[in-house]
Amino acid sequence: MSWLDRLIGRPERLKSSGAVAKERLKFVLEYDRAQITPAELDEIRDEIIESISRHVRVVRDDVEIKLEAGGRLVAEIPLDRTGRGDAAGGIG
Amino acid sequence: MAARVVTLTSGKGGVGKTTATANIGVALARRGHNVVVIDGDIGLRNLDVVMGLENRVVYNLVHVVRGAVDAERALIKDKRVPGLTLLAADQHSDKDDVTEDDMRDACEALRDHADYILIDSPAGIEQGFRNALAPADEVVLITTPEVSAVRDADRVIGLAEAAGKATPRLVVNRIKPSLVAKGDMMDTNDVFDILQIPVLGVVPEDESIVAATNRGEPVALQDSSRAGMAFHNMAARLDGEEVPFLSLEVVEEGLLARLAGAIRGGATHGGAS
Repeated sequence: MSWLDRLIGRPERLKSSGAVAKERLKFVLEYDRAQITPAELDEIRDEIIESISRHVRVVRDDVEIKLEAGGRLVAEIPLDRTGRGDAAGGIG
Repeated sequence: MAARVVTLTSGKGGVGKTTATANIGVALARRGHNVVVIDGDIGLRNLDVVMGLENRVVYNLVHVVRGAVDAERALIKDKRVPGLTLLAADQHSDKDDVTEDDMRDACEALRDHADYILIDSPAGIEQGFRNALAPADEVVLITTPEVSAVRDADRVIGLAEAAGKATPRLVVNRIKPSLVAKGDMMDTNDVFDILQIPVLGVVPEDESIVAATNRGEPVALQDSSRAGMAFHNMAARLDGEEVPFLSLEVVEEGLLARLAGAIRGGATHGGAS
């Protein structure tokens, strides 16, 4: 990405195609190197939600699991604090 | 003499591996080395054609492997460049007819007759690639600045390291400076950022390669072309020389620019590294 793109947060379609190529490449190589596919990651996400929901309510739609540079799986699991934990086990 | 065996590989096909092998071979021989180039693509022989030696092939790698002829006798001398010889591939065999041990043995037999043995690996990561990799002391990885080619290159780095080889050195082929300047092509730094291996060379896209290949005359035979210069620089770096990477200037298009170039005294403006 050029400094200009970064500065003004240019949307994807306006980025130079070279910058897009580099970003796509970084993304695909993170998965290649970790020997995992985006689909498997989705599966892991669902399993984590299932597992955690047995104990505490989570905001399912906001649960994120990301593969970060250098081969780190990072999960962000926001807890649902609207109820009072009386329905641990999740909401659907 | 005890040759260094250098395998040139890429993962993806069509990135210019064979052309690079021929030209680095020519460039090393022009530096005074004895060089054997081996076509490792059994069944799809190309290196002889790129070098313009196709009419002189008598014996090939499979004859050597089967013991029909000594490795040294199977070499075809390139009469244009003293010291340069080719061991051709067999067009009618299968890559499974040759094993990794066969390749090691063939290289051992030639090691005392050369300073460099360059092996042109077939594309892919199957048996032919493993055969080409087995005898390698060093690996040179060719890629183009495209997502698919760099992805495959990354895979090959992993396989080479898993095979116990030192980290490959990178050649970025077919850089188009005008597209890089417009932001429509990744440049060498982008590719390096991603692959994180040392760079052996950068080859600008050069139309003279097409004409040279048509004629079976590797561009490194001449001194005038930008790509040819790039291959000579790589040969020097293989020899351990520190050759600066020249910036790839945008080649000016259009009549005025060409006139200006002619006035400055060269049809070969624009640096190659």
